[in-house]
Amino acid sequence: MSVQQKVIVDGLSVPIEGERNLLELVRKAGVDLPTFCYHSELSVYGACRMCVVEIDKMGIVASCTVQPQPGMVVHTNTEKLRTIRRTILELLLANHDRECTTCDKNGACKLQELAKRFGVADVRFGEEDLDMPLDRSTPALVRDPNKCILCGDCVRVCGEVQKIGVLDFSHRGSEAMVGPAFGKQLADVDCVQCGQCASVCPTGAITIHSDIDRVWKAIHDPKIKVVAQVAPAIRVALGEEFGHEPGWAEPGKVVAALKRIGVDMVFDTCFTADLTVVEETAEFLERLVSGSRERLPQFTSCCPAWVKYVEQYHPEYLPNLSSCKSPQQMFGAVARRFLSRELGVEPESLFVVSVMPCTAKKFEAARKEFAVDGRPDVDAVLTTQELARMIRETGIEFDKLPIAPFDLPLGVSTGAGMIFGNSGGVAEAVLRAAAELLAPEKKSGMPQTQLVFEEVRGLEGVKEATVNVAGNEVRMAVVSSLGAAAEVLRRIESGEAVYDIVEVMSCPGGCIGGAGQPSPSHLEVRRKRTEALYDVDTMQMLRRSHDNPYIKALYDRYLGDVGGETAHSSLHTSYGTRRRIAGEDIRFSAEEVDGRLSVGVCVGTCCYLHGSYDLLRGLMDRVNREGLTDKVDLHATFCFEKCEHSPNIEIGGNIRSNVTSEEIDKIFEEEILARLVE
Amino acid sequence: MTPVEVAQRKFERVNEIIEEHGREQSALIPILQEVQAEYRYLPEEILTYIATAMGLSVATVFGVATFYAQFSLEPKGKYVVRVCDGTACHVRHSMPVYNAIRSKLGLKDGKYTTPDMMFTVETVACLGACGVAPAMVINGEVYGKMTPEAACMIIDTLLNRDGDN
Amino acid sequence: METAKKTGMTIGSRDELKAYAAKVRAEMAAQKKRVLVCTGPGCLANGAEKILDAFRSHSIEAVGATRTGCHGFCEVGPLVRIEPDDVVYVRVKPEDVAEIVEETLRKGKVVERLVYRDPDTGRTYPKESDIPFYASQTKVALSNCGAINPDDIGEYIARDGYQALARAVLDLSPDEAIEEVLESGLRGRGGGGFPTGRKWMFARQAKGDQKYVVCNADEGDPGAFMDRCIMEGDPHSVLEGLAIAASAIGADRGYIYVRAEYPLAVARMKNAVKQAKECGLLGANIFGSDFSFDVTIKEGAGAFVCGEETALLASIEGKRGMPRPRPPFPANEGLFGKPTIINNVETLATVPAIIRRGPAWFRAIGAESSPGTKTFAVTGQVANTGLVEVPMGATLRDVVFKIGGGVIGGKKFKAAQIGGPSGGCLPEELLDTPLDYDSLKKAGAMVGSGGLVILDEGTCMVEVARFFMHFTQRESCGKCVPCREGTKRMLEIMEKIVAGRATLEDLDTLEQIAWVVKESSLCALGKTAPNPVLTTLKYFRDEYLAHIVDKKCPAGVCTAFKSYVIHPELCKGCGKCRRTCPAEAITGETKHPHVIDAAKCLKCGACVEACAFGAISLE
Repeated sequence: MSVQQKVIVDGLSVPIEGERNLLELVRKAGVDLPTFCYHSELSVYGACRMCVVEIDKMGIVASCTVQPQPGMVVHTNTEKLRTIRRTILELLLANHDRECTTCDKNGACKLQELAKRFGVADVRFGEEDLDMPLDRSTPALVRDPNKCILCGDCVRVCGEVQKIGVLDFSHRGSEAMVGPAFGKQLADVDCVQCGQCASVCPTGAITIHSDIDRVWKAIHDPKIKVVAQVAPAIRVALGEEFGHEPGWAEPGKVVAALKRIGVDMVFDTCFTADLTVVEETAEFLERLVSGSRERLPQFTSCCPAWVKYVEQYHPEYLPNLSSCKSPQQMFGAVARRFLSRELGVEPESLFVVSVMPCTAKKFEAARKEFAVDGRPDVDAVLTTQELARMIRETGIEFDKLPIAPFDLPLGVSTGAGMIFGNSGGVAEAVLRAAAELLAPEKKSGMPQTQLVFEEVRGLEGVKEATVNVAGNEVRMAVVSSLGAAAEVLRRIESGEAVYDIVEVMSCPGGCIGGAGQPSPSHLEVRRKRTEALYDVDTMQMLRRSHDNPYIKALYDRYLGDVGGETAHSSLHTSYGTRRRIAGEDIRFSAEEVDGRLSVGVCVGTCCYLHGSYDLLRGLMDRVNREGLTDKVDLHATFCFEKCEHSPNIEIGGNIRSNVTSEEIDKIFEEEILARLVE
Repeated sequence: MTPVEVAQRKFERVNEIIEEHGREQSALIPILQEVQAEYRYLPEEILTYIATAMGLSVATVFGVATFYAQFSLEPKGKYVVRVCDGTACHVRHSMPVYNAIRSKLGLKDGKYTTPDMMFTVETVACLGACGVAPAMVINGEVYGKMTPEAACMIIDTLLNRDGDN
Repeated sequence: METAKKTGMTIGSRDELKAYAAKVRAEMAAQKKRVLVCTGPGCLANGAEKILDAFRSHSIEAVGATRTGCHGFCEVGPLVRIEPDDVVYVRVKPEDVAEIVEETLRKGKVVERLVYRDPDTGRTYPKESDIPFYASQTKVALSNCGAINPDDIGEYIARDGYQALARAVLDLSPDEAIEEVLESGLRGRGGGGFPTGRKWMFARQAKGDQKYVVCNADEGDPGAFMDRCIMEGDPHSVLEGLAIAASAIGADRGYIYVRAEYPLAVARMKNAVKQAKECGLLGANIFGSDFSFDVTIKEGAGAFVCGEETALLASIEGKRGMPRPRPPFPANEGLFGKPTIINNVETLATVPAIIRRGPAWFRAIGAESSPGTKTFAVTGQVANTGLVEVPMGATLRDVVFKIGGGVIGGKKFKAAQIGGPSGGCLPEELLDTPLDYDSLKKAGAMVGSGGLVILDEGTCMVEVARFFMHFTQRESCGKCVPCREGTKRMLEIMEKIVAGRATLEDLDTLEQIAWVVKESSLCALGKTAPNPVLTTLKYFRDEYLAHIVDKKCPAGVCTAFKSYVIHPELCKGCGKCRRTCPAEAITGETKHPHVIDAAKCLKCGACVEACAFGAISLE
């Protein structure tokens, strides 16, 4: 037997048990070493220097960058280390907007917490230039560069986990900044608004765009009936805001709290999750049995960040997205169209609030596809954190709240709807439904069709399974994080992988790891929330969406057939391509001249990959040869949002798609020369 | 060539440069260097285009372009005057040379390029010409043992040269 | 640039290398005289190319005129050396060429007026080897600099070039080659002084199908130009060293990362790579062995921090040049994640000599703990500005006075700034410090890349420290907090001190932050950034106190302590200054001398420019 290898931490002997670095080992020993830039799920950055320790014979080192070695003698609290940590905090504070009382992160800010812990009493340097404008351009997030401490956590989560890289460092030294390219606003770039950056931000530099005031206003307006829907992931996380362990689940308290703060009726998004399962399963089975693989694999579309990602990066897979609206938007549609009738109120007088674990849901609610005559189906989206703040604002003692049931008719749901909050949940819910629908002895009730599909459970980024559903092999992948999604798409594209259905959630672990959830939201916390949701599922009488009697009633009373016309117009939607970055065209003439014929060639990614540069060259060549440079305003542009038909060119306001270089001469003559002659 | 053709040609060069270097990220800096040589700076839309063509995040390209002192996102003058302020030049009084040129060209607070786009005046941290300190370099040509007066005369020569055109 | 001379042959074996060396030597011997025109950075800026053209316009039989790299004695450039006579002419102008041709080349006489004259003794030195500047030097890394045409691989080969590579590839196993470098005691010349052989050994032992060697030629220290001169004067020595390193660790690809501010070095290195490829000294199966090696030149883009090895690798990879924590060390996970060694130019240029002449020869030079020689760029207020190479352990005094000729203009020596922004300022009492890694570190400075800036009594040490703080602050990559924020605050305090606005409390704060930056920064740039401040505080504290307490700049440099004065005897009372002054600090009646209210004066200098009579000055 080998002797246990140990490190001495402050005189205590601590065994080395595969820790990736000394920081984790020291924390295991019960010392909460401070850090801003270390995240166990991101690459080691080593920049904040707060986790410094003194090691005998090595000196002062950042513990996050050191491998534990047997026999190391480590000191975590010495006079030198105190001086370093306090000075670093002071240096950070000196360059930080210290209006803490009005900061969204007040009380949850790591910089504030550590400054307090280390007793930083004085900042010897003046503040300066802290008047950079805030970015409130998106409905999901607010960026305040005056509060950024450049720890790079957001940059790494965006680049390493989501592999989008919307945020990056720019400039250098004391002028270094974090933000989108060219200092643009988030709404003008390809940010999918998943909010993971806000989730890891230790300060108030990236926060959630609050909708609290709008909700209060509606609550306090007697003419308005406020109805809320509560997403599955809320019930296993809200407790964390009130001192409970992650995974503590009490949906009844959430309902009671919402009622107490003045929401008129509280419903369950799990109900529309069941509805989604019914519609999405029908859609899937139709695609599956059609024999054509044209729209397979079917991708789930519940996650708005993923949908935006496909619109921006993979328009070729738009047809593969399920056309079902997400549970949030199904709820919005059902509430506005049918609940109002049920309640006997004008649809406009309903104010629909969602409580979501997610920032991108704010973006989704604001999408034009989900508004009728300019009025969005969902009026406001609150995250778990915002709901907690509203509860605190009222002074309600959360723990003393009674337990209240969801309201009817949109408050009853099955276990299948509940597990939507977990990565793999949507897939499992669809599998449960498919198993039942495909079962040869359907209706007989026996034998019991399969309910639990372990293959799709777990917190891994990609889970693959071939599931036997009533004798049919269904090849599926369950993906969480967009980085993992990109890899799965690559494998599908290259033919390395073939799937029938792919579930994608943008946040690690699915919605339970959404950016609107309480902080921290690391792997261990997510694991507990996930387990709690599966526990909630187990306790349900009904665990298959089709078995939900209120769903059946909804179809009977309003929707008609599954996948039918009414269901389709209310519960389905479609998505289009979306430009990634707003910016100038590449112009070939200095000034704008009136009356020139505008000819634009898209050189955005899709068009570029489909050879649009050759089209541009061809047109340049013809324009120059015919001596038309003063009559034709030829320019290269980025995206007409018709990527699925790339390459695209625009002539005098009309867009021509799928242009080939062979036809460029013909186009020039017929559409450019001819027009100029006119 | 007409200005339009010049602009077209530059853009064609961008594409040639990308083709020559390939699309791996390790080619980004050489590509930016050569593209800057074409435009004398890095226009935003061209950086966006380079990112598109190389399959990189625009924020990454912007981050690289703003990290290195060599790259400029603002147009530079026809003559880029770089006064060396390395240690050897500094202790041999390079700053008076720099200030004299700035004052001669009327460059004030925060401005480095003359409005007529003729001159950009900057400092550079050591040209390695310490033997002739203080030194300055104008569009690649090194001038040694500078004094404020000598530097201003050189600027005058350049001004006259262009005046004659 | 001259087009590369085509060797017209491929060198596929050691015999072919030797035969080619003999052939070039014979060709050179056939020339009765060779004119070597220095085109180092200093001489180039002083018109060396025109001198070369002038020589070439005279065609004299059996005389070859060629450009060479830096001869070292930049102070008296442009330099022209005539071989085999060893005659050197200084401060040559194109119009002197005709006389040199007539007298020296045709008649074999020395042109006395162009010979170096010692300004102190008045003695003249026609022969280069006699000049005190050269006499105390020992050249290893610079042995070919100034002696060969850097654009001609043949001249390098004629001087035993590529024989070390032949030995490393054909005679030595990789482990033996590493053993020789280890035994030589060679330490990295780029700054840190890490034993080169150890680095190689780690990379050799690292597992990996692909390995890389990288030459760090991002010489960013202001006041250092030795790497530039080596690349411009003897590029093949760098290539040969890099190839030896590659064969020792098992790499088949190399990169040379050259600072963008050195366009000539880039061109010379590119030309050298091209020539070496043409004759098979780079490429596949070098010397018929199974060692293959290819080299790419990468240009930096203006970031001092890229001299730090992990930042340099990031830059080659096309990323922001930000250092990353080590471990993992590049020897295990370097370029593109593969085992990589990074050696500085001078280190690599020294390697061929070690392999050719043996580790014992190298160890015999220099100091016990720091064997060999080191180049220094001697600049600042020194009589003989130039590039020198001395055995490690030579004293600062030797370099400043024996070689450097002491302080210019007979002024008093005040300090030597050594090691650039990472180094420190050593005062007169430390003049006998031996120039080696350990002694300099003990004194609070470092060898760095070898910039040696001499400061005279007229220098304000506080201002010099501020200058370096300004430099490092501007060059900090911004990644780690101590360096990004700490250097910024240190600079603020330094600016307060030179502006006469600082208190003793500020001085305490400065020292505390300096300590934190030094102890806790991520990379060497930050860890060494406070050195100029810390050494000046250690050796010149009284100057700081003079600025802070007495509100005086003892050297009379800092303008804050000066004020604008109108000399009544010169003032005509025209009132122009009064009207120009933006602060309304000037009063006076027309046709009567005006006065400046020092309390209101902004020291903008507008009045000086306005005055047509030169009546206003700063005192």
